[in-house]
Amino acid sequence: MARTRFRSDGGLTLRMGAVGLGLGALYVAFGVVLISYSNMAVGLIVTLGMAWGQWFFSDTLAMKSIGAQAVAPEQAPQLHAMIDRLCALADMPKPRVAVAVTDMPNAFATGRSPKHSTVCVTTGIMQRLDADELEGVLAHELAHVANRDVSIMTVASSLGLLAGFITRWGMFFGGGGNRDSKNNGNSVPFIVVLLVSMVVYFVSFLLTRALSRYRELSADRTGAYLTGKPSKLSSALVKISGDMARIPNRDLREAQSMNAFFIAPALNRESAGALFSTHPPLQQRLDQLARVGAELSEQV
Amino acid sequence: MGFLDSILGRSRPPQADLDVLFSVPQAALSLESHGYRFAGQGAVCFRVAEGAAFTTVETEVRGLISTDAGTTVEQVDDSYGFRWLSVTAPQDDVTGLVTSLHAVNSSLTDAGFGSALLCSTVTFVASDDRRIALVYLYKRGTFYPFVPAGGDHRDNALELQVKVIVADDVPVEADLSRWLAIWGAPGL
Repeated sequence: MARTRFRSDGGLTLRMGAVGLGLGALYVAFGVVLISYSNMAVGLIVTLGMAWGQWFFSDTLAMKSIGAQAVAPEQAPQLHAMIDRLCALADMPKPRVAVAVTDMPNAFATGRSPKHSTVCVTTGIMQRLDADELEGVLAHELAHVANRDVSIMTVASSLGLLAGFITRWGMFFGGGGNRDSKNNGNSVPFIVVLLVSMVVYFVSFLLTRALSRYRELSADRTGAYLTGKPSKLSSALVKISGDMARIPNRDLREAQSMNAFFIAPALNRESAGALFSTHPPLQQRLDQLARVGAELSEQV
Repeated sequence: MGFLDSILGRSRPPQADLDVLFSVPQAALSLESHGYRFAGQGAVCFRVAEGAAFTTVETEVRGLISTDAGTTVEQVDDSYGFRWLSVTAPQDDVTGLVTSLHAVNSSLTDAGFGSALLCSTVTFVASDDRRIALVYLYKRGTFYPFVPAGGDHRDNALELQVKVIVADDVPVEADLSRWLAIWGAPGL
């Protein structure tokens, strides 16, 4: 059987699995509390409906929010050719290609499944990076598509969405629940639901951010193996991160809602709180890419 | 990649399917009977990876092929960061060419670079001197024809005709959007 140089990162997989399990346990616990103490059917339906809508229309929403336009092969032949070859190498269907006209250097991939996805680059990134570096960035984005990251992050964050919904609007929809004679009215069990919701919201927020960081690292890894040139992705990341720090605040504030999908976070300072960050620190990404480079260089 | 692999982020780059290449001589016979001669040339296209290991494997591979009588190897780098090893073989020896191509593929795969392989081409010539490439996609294990028609146009009609001719001999790629255009491939 042919050997492959791609060694999966056991530690990363384990951490991702642990976070996933944690979120799953949280789901179950929250569901139990909800069912025993309240009658939040309306809330549940609305929130799940919102989460589904966000997932199903994710690429349209993302493209509209940054003002990206789909480009045909005649309009951007080099870009399309690069993506064509990467998709042939990775054996995946080719996503829609879009370009956003903005000086901010960044790239993202969205879409509910590999067959209905979009990869977008900004004109800023196309100006700053050379062909190999841009290809590394594209490979990272295609890895997000192949790993179904949009679906997974939507499912993971929909728990937080529900908890957040209850925390904010519970007062207006609450009530119902146990009408046993033991309880004095509806208010006591409802406060329990509210408190639990706040805790769940906070914990799921941290877990979802952690999951996002691990998936970024995973996409870096997959992308580097696809192109075979991890050092090019490293230099692209350095170029982009350096530039992000110099971009005036106006652009960054517009971009913050799109943060989770970008290749580099649209934040001005590294110290945005490591636990709250959607992306791993630059140094951690560079270290991982250096390890991939070493694995590729090992003699047989 | 399986669903569980997706969730756990355990992605595996797809490995190449090598043995299907040996059905090309059969296709060459069918094409011959329709007037498309084998042009004595084929090529392997792969992604250049960084590092000393890759360079070593490449040198070995070139050494391997040039020991065969009558075959020459030439390296061409295209503008997309891919490398073509163009192999020329005697006019009537399709099997020999396919064996050389297979040797290249196996060496790369054994060294762990199977995921770097993109495609292989075997070139044929029509009676009006148009070049037709039978392209093999490693990751899909299927073939498709590619006929450049000057500039950046393809002769789709001829491609579809060739597809019908070889359809019984080799597995043809059913999804037309995967028929990657390989401009600037050697021999075309």
